[in-house]
Amino acid sequence: MDLETLVEKFTQKDEKAFEQLYNMYSKSMHGVIFNIVRNNDIAEEVMQDVFIKAWYKSDTYSISKGRFFTWLLNIARNAAIDKTRSKNFKKTKQNLNSDLFVDIIESNDSLDSKTDAIGIKKFVNKLAKKCKDVIDLLYFKGYTQTEASEKLDMPIGTIKTRNRNCIKELRSMVLS
Amino acid sequence: MDIKAYIESGILELYVAGTLSEKENKEVHVLMQQHPEILQEVLDIEAAIIKLTSAASNQDTNHVLNVVKKELNFNKNDTKVISIQKPKYNWLTYTGWAASVILGIGLLWTINQNNQLQSDIQVAEIQQSLLETQIENSKNSLKEANTLIAVLRDNNITQVRLKGQSNFESTYAKVYWDKNEQRIFLDAQGLPEPPSGMVYQVWSLKLSPLTPTSLGIIDNFTSDENKIFEIENANESEAFGITLEPAGGSASPTMEQLYTLGVVSVG
Repeated sequence: MDLETLVEKFTQKDEKAFEQLYNMYSKSMHGVIFNIVRNNDIAEEVMQDVFIKAWYKSDTYSISKGRFFTWLLNIARNAAIDKTRSKNFKKTKQNLNSDLFVDIIESNDSLDSKTDAIGIKKFVNKLAKKCKDVIDLLYFKGYTQTEASEKLDMPIGTIKTRNRNCIKELRSMVLS
Repeated sequence: MDIKAYIESGILELYVAGTLSEKENKEVHVLMQQHPEILQEVLDIEAAIIKLTSAASNQDTNHVLNVVKKELNFNKNDTKVISIQKPKYNWLTYTGWAASVILGIGLLWTINQNNQLQSDIQVAEIQQSLLETQIENSKNSLKEANTLIAVLRDNNITQVRLKGQSNFESTYAKVYWDKNEQRIFLDAQGLPEPPSGMVYQVWSLKLSPLTPTSLGIIDNFTSDENKIFEIENANESEAFGITLEPAGGSASPTMEQLYTLGVVSVG
């Protein structure tokens, strides 16, 4: 079954399709969520919420609005960020500002062949600081182009092209 | 548009990141459908991002699925499980459907052919019955002709010429009287077509005193082709006459309308 059919079934509340999509994207969503909350238990909890929410909102997704992955990514980022703003969270975790996804990957021992451990680690190791920042903000944190340009003090156009070049590099490492 | 420049602009990376406006998202979606290379680029970017973000996950997430399914009340009864595990369509299903479609088309074709043949048979049957009628008609004509020949050759046949009378001088008729068979053959070739609503009536006459006896009307004058009519006659006729009478005939001849008359010669 191709992705489009699978997603179409999902929007029609097909449980089997939901499960398949979960298996395709849960690891990725967990990575994004964990990068934001930095706590295994909380990450799991947010993950659950994200997929439950996705199920209930499934009929609001339309392919013309964007990629299904992107739709799910938005839900996950928002849920994780919401979590970090909650009172309980602030008590347990204080300092998140300097945390980039790279340090998780660098210290991640559970990477298996499925996730292209070697390629990813190689990529992260040789990745320029500017790339790390841009990728972290745009993909892991859900910053808009404008927000990222303010945060990094960089023109909007530069964000766009730099991001393109960074992702190009990533692709050459992880996609054969 | 310059697809390459569009791809190089980095917009597709932002599309996957989800930072484009709703309008821009729609534009990219449309272009993806029009240009396979744009679609491929998006798929590649997405695949790379999924790998990268997955690498940031240090935990197995399979058990979370069970919690989610439980929360969502999946598989809440057995029938549902069965319905989910129903076999998917395989090649046998598809070939089966294909075969039944072909069979259906074949059946329709056969039915159509059958109808065509049925109607062909009907046409043939009608033609056959027409031919049979024609043969029957020909047989009858032949029989009549043979009878006439026999009559003409028979010595016992009395011939009577009926001559045109007063106003109808130009008309004539002939009677062949077969006394043995008690019938006459009237050759009415010399009579004009009767006006509509009128018929010829044939009379047998006794002369002294003048006594007419009707032998009948000729109501098929127009339709008869050879104008020869067989009429029964058991009378001791001394003359024959033909008058024009209103349709249905008259009890006694209308003498003003006496067309032809002929006396039987004795001896």
